[in-house]
Amino acid sequence: MEIISIIIFAILVNNVVLAQFLGICPFLGVSNKISTSVGMGGAVIFVMTLANLVTTLIYKYILVPINVTFMQIITFILVIASLVQIVEIILKKVSPSLYQALGIYLPLITTNCAVLGIALLAVQKNYNVLNSVIYGASTAVGFTLALILLAGIREQIELVQCPKGMRGFPIALITAGLLSLAFMGFAGLIKV
Amino acid sequence: MSAIKYLTNGLLKENPTLVLVLGTCPTLAVTTSANNAIGMGIATTFVLLCSNILIAAFKNYIPNKVRIPSFIVIIATFVTIVNLVMQAYTPDLHKSLGVFIPLIVVNCIILGRAEAFAQKNSVFHSILDAIGMGLGFTIALLAMGSIRELLGNGSIFNYKFVSNDAKTILLFIMPPGAFITYGFLIALTNNIKKKFNI
Repeated sequence: MEIISIIIFAILVNNVVLAQFLGICPFLGVSNKISTSVGMGGAVIFVMTLANLVTTLIYKYILVPINVTFMQIITFILVIASLVQIVEIILKKVSPSLYQALGIYLPLITTNCAVLGIALLAVQKNYNVLNSVIYGASTAVGFTLALILLAGIREQIELVQCPKGMRGFPIALITAGLLSLAFMGFAGLIKV
Repeated sequence: MSAIKYLTNGLLKENPTLVLVLGTCPTLAVTTSANNAIGMGIATTFVLLCSNILIAAFKNYIPNKVRIPSFIVIIATFVTIVNLVMQAYTPDLHKSLGVFIPLIVVNCIILGRAEAFAQKNSVFHSILDAIGMGLGFTIALLAMGSIRELLGNGSIFNYKFVSNDAKTILLFIMPPGAFITYGFLIALTNNIKKKFNI
């Protein structure tokens, strides 16, 4: 039951981009086309799940026992950066086709603040390892959902006439605002 | 002459938030009130200033291949300092900014300035650049925070302009208001820049 509520909460109620404002840069940057946003979403799901697994393990079994939890910012960012590198190298060897699809998005993820933010939040919420992994995965699914929705709308906006000053980022942000307004409708779905 | 140019570059011409659209996450997330906006602006400016100084000073010793990890460690160190200091001296602000203080590490403005400016320029110019960029970021945040607090809560810096039972547009302190305000602010900046040919 707890797991189901974590999943619904992370995907719909407290959507990572539209309600928590994490990962806005890739959200605005790669939402021009549906195809690129699917690639980015896949890469984020992959890395965020792994990152939450590794950072929770490191926090629980290394940082807490030796009492250096104040080092978590430095540790987590280095772990995530090297994790992305490792994933890139392994993927290149094991599954070249998947690497082709996700390849160019992987380095971008290091600067995706959602990955670090969710890892920090999972620790703050005191999730156990399983819950933390589920939280990471479903947050990433929520990110992908918002990204693909915005990309679909932006493809349509390209075709209509829009005031000159509003083209590009401004209209994308206002669209995102309306999407966020729609997602607020999920607020009553579960009690936390 | 050129020194002043470094300082003013970040204010309007290359304003990190409104023109380059970097560091968007804190811009949207913490600007529910003018107080939060100023707190975030100062914290980020401090980290930017310190990391710019250190990176400019050590630029000849950092090997090119490992420069990005080195920059991240330097930035993360200062963010940890800011995080602990704010937790001790401004607990309320620390609580309302929440996870966005540790997230200064991945603020693209800081790594961007390290990569694009500090590693190529002298310490003095890097200080000016950091102050200019930090100020530009703080001003943009303050504008966002003031607009959202005024429309959503009827106040600026907790000073009420309307009576307590007046209806305000609550939407603006909720997430959708952040996106909409930011969108209009960028459009406004674009038009000002075009009109005055900056």
